[in-house]
Amino acid sequence: MIVEFSDELLAKFAEVVARYPQGRQKSALLPVLHLVQAEYGWLSVDAMDKVAAYLDIRPIEVYEVATFYTMFFLQPQGKYMLEVCRTGPCCLVGAERIMKHIEQRLGVKEGEVTADGLFSWRGVECVAACGFGPVLQIGPEYTFYENLTEESVDNLINELKQKSQQG
Amino acid sequence: MARKLLLTHIDVPGIQSFEVYRQKGGYRAVEKALKTMSPDDVVEEVKKSGLRGRGGAGFPTGMKWSFLAKPEGVPRYLVCNGDESEPGTFKDRFLMTHIPHALVEGMIVSSYALGANTSYIYIRGEMMPQIRIVEKAIAEAKAAGFLGKNILGSGYDLEIHVQPGGGAYICGEETALLESLEGKRGNPRIKPPFPAVSGLYGCPTVVNNVESIAATVPIVNDGGEEYAKIGIERSTGTKLISASGNLVRPGVYEIEMGLPMEEFIYSDEYCGGIANGKRLKAVVAGGSSVPILPTNLALKTAKGESRLMTYESLADGGFVTGTAMGSGGFVAFDEDQCIVRNTLNFTRFYHHESCGQCSPCREGTGWMEKVLHKIEYGQASLSDVDLLWDIQQKIDGHTICPLGDASAWPVASAIRHFRDEFEWHILHPEEAQTRNFGLAHYADPLVTT
Amino acid sequence: MAEEEVKFKVTIDGIPVDVAPGTTILNAARQIGGDIVPPAMCYYSKLEGSGGKCRTCLVKVSKGSEKDPRPMPKLVASCRTTVMDGMEVQNITSPDVLEARKGVVEMLLINHPLDCPICDQAGECKLQDLSYEHGVADTRYEFERRTFERIDIGDKIQLHMNRCILCYRCVYVANQLTEGREHGVIHRGDHSEISTFIENALDSDFIGNVIDVCPVGALTDKTFRFKNRVWFTKPVDAHRDCPTCSGKVTLWYKGEEVLRVTGRKDEYNEVEDFICNTCRFDTKQTSDWVLEEPTPVEKESVITANHYAEFNPPPVIKENPALQVANAEQLARTEKLK
Repeated sequence: MIVEFSDELLAKFAEVVARYPQGRQKSALLPVLHLVQAEYGWLSVDAMDKVAAYLDIRPIEVYEVATFYTMFFLQPQGKYMLEVCRTGPCCLVGAERIMKHIEQRLGVKEGEVTADGLFSWRGVECVAACGFGPVLQIGPEYTFYENLTEESVDNLINELKQKSQQG
Repeated sequence: MARKLLLTHIDVPGIQSFEVYRQKGGYRAVEKALKTMSPDDVVEEVKKSGLRGRGGAGFPTGMKWSFLAKPEGVPRYLVCNGDESEPGTFKDRFLMTHIPHALVEGMIVSSYALGANTSYIYIRGEMMPQIRIVEKAIAEAKAAGFLGKNILGSGYDLEIHVQPGGGAYICGEETALLESLEGKRGNPRIKPPFPAVSGLYGCPTVVNNVESIAATVPIVNDGGEEYAKIGIERSTGTKLISASGNLVRPGVYEIEMGLPMEEFIYSDEYCGGIANGKRLKAVVAGGSSVPILPTNLALKTAKGESRLMTYESLADGGFVTGTAMGSGGFVAFDEDQCIVRNTLNFTRFYHHESCGQCSPCREGTGWMEKVLHKIEYGQASLSDVDLLWDIQQKIDGHTICPLGDASAWPVASAIRHFRDEFEWHILHPEEAQTRNFGLAHYADPLVTT
Repeated sequence: MAEEEVKFKVTIDGIPVDVAPGTTILNAARQIGGDIVPPAMCYYSKLEGSGGKCRTCLVKVSKGSEKDPRPMPKLVASCRTTVMDGMEVQNITSPDVLEARKGVVEMLLINHPLDCPICDQAGECKLQDLSYEHGVADTRYEFERRTFERIDIGDKIQLHMNRCILCYRCVYVANQLTEGREHGVIHRGDHSEISTFIENALDSDFIGNVIDVCPVGALTDKTFRFKNRVWFTKPVDAHRDCPTCSGKVTLWYKGEEVLRVTGRKDEYNEVEDFICNTCRFDTKQTSDWVLEEPTPVEKESVITANHYAEFNPPPVIKENPALQVANAEQLARTEKLK
């Protein structure tokens, strides 16, 4: 995917870069990648190369970082990426059951995209909400859904479907 | 009722906002520190308070501050560690969500004490809602004159910025966090040098946990001595405990150090006992990396004394019969929970989160997961338990950062205290493969309450 | 008159040595030399910031310093720990160290392919040496090994990621010797790999040095690929007037033919000077070079060909009077074990 950053996005980049001392603009890499991903849904090589050019660093420095952190997608995902916590404490209260249910309900395996392009799901490691498990989050704003049951997951999926039809 | 210092006003409607927080006495600590105290006075109060780092290692905060190098003409940084990722721990998310100004106020006081003019709050990227909340709180504080140039006419300048992480447990390790803040992979640095000498951008830096920073507010307000009156021995003040697992009322509780663990679990003031009328089987008292304890050792030390929620009491018995306070991530396991399955889960976590820099952790965590997988799914032989023990020993203490140790301890303690469950899985492969999730009635080994 | 130089006194496996402040334990040990030098798979003295990662050089500090004699609580990476005055270090006299090192070697090997018979690095591979000295004969790892595709990075260098132990040396080479780094470490944990991420040729005058610094056969010289086993070739030091680098190299002969050109390596397998790609890849006629003398090769090296009799010494001390006195106790115990 070839991208061209809008003026609005570039203004946001500049705001981020201003947080660091002169010459330390590489510090802006993670926040800038988040901004780019929020805009396009994922990080294409072209987008990463343009981030590198903007921050005056080598492209490989961007690839190294983008592949290290789990929040960055290097390929397109469903419009809604359901991320279910799969770590110990959530599993004590049924996270594995919820993931199974989501898999059946959406009809796609972990990491795949539904045919309508709306949904993907994956298990993620502890999201620091163990007391309210099972939990899931949806980017780019990482809206949080707690104390999940099969029923609440169904409702959520229906809501999101409706929302995308309206939007 | 136990005293609260951090969550005093948690139930006040609108406490998220600057106005309400201020009405309830917020930002008094900033006024007191900047108008009546020197930076060294603040450091002194924090030393007197006996506050120990709330992120996991429990290192005395005042001492950490006093190690900060102060070369002429070199900026110093305070970086707040809000990368809360230790399984079982969710207190920082709670604090930032509900009382963000406690963190901002603490940041101002602490930055003043350390002589930092630019400070960063590194918050894990998945906590985007909390990032927004804290950013808003910073803007409000700035609008009210508590941040920016010449704060309260004291001549002290400070800017605070929020930095999002990208999804990596390892960035909770302070030098990995600094690397990440510099826009790099979260590879922990090789120490020495320590951040106090060469941290962010090679400058002297202090990295403190969210809760530690927030705790400096009551310390400045009431004085370090007053803070130290709460608690027992070298465990002073209050501690936020994240309670999860099979409890009637999981959640975040502020306890006075020294609360008996039994009271914490069963009292109605706290967790209200084990959910669904079940019995307690095991406890992880300080986040996934600390040793898991069976009920008998969780509630009482090997000497038969009541186990208290203090650094010392939790560690009583070392790693043989004790555990550690860690980050205060308290996970309760009921009688139906399978220790092998949980150990596999935790080990998968560490395997997934290893940065891959040093060989024992990069290779060893994956190896342990594979062996545990075999055991859990009934394809192992008894010698695999010994192999697992040996692998964890080859990791423990041999890695660049504590993630290696953190991956080894849960495995070691699970084998130490629940070896019979491991053996059951190996000797009864069919049952182990066909049983439902979480069913482990067969073992119920050490529940003696 | 210059002021008297301050020296720190360090004792390693009972052998004292005076070194300048700031020296690492590993380099202090190298000043003593011999068997007490910890092995190093990732540290490279000529690459700033290298080291600390592979953990093969772990040692025990049994006395911190004269001022603070407490021992260090954990084994430390000798390549990144600087000495203190009065420090006492145990390397091969500590069973803990040997056991830990055995573990590290095992970890390095569990995903390493056993393709030495077709690997160009065989014979000068540090991982081979290390496994002979510290490894166990059997593997306890019964799972499928991690594999990657073999890729060409540029027309002269091949990356065989399966063999890589992630020492990061090649990354430091690209950072410190070239104008712009094109490759790095992507992904994380045991999925980490050396890569350019998108297909990209490494193209810089000095990038060929990644071959020399690679401790294993992950980065190899395509112009030498499968030409010959290193122990059938004869190393000869030579130089030429090179406009780009020092021009001081080792030529590897088979008969009259130069099969490959490398930097001149010392006993720790480190090059004296980094050489340029022209010298390495494109200058393979004897007439291009001024020959000096056959490269001195260690007696135990496989490169002296077929001297296998004493190739596999146990990690204890051989003939060296100072060492034997210092480690009498350890030696007696080893004797008993026989």
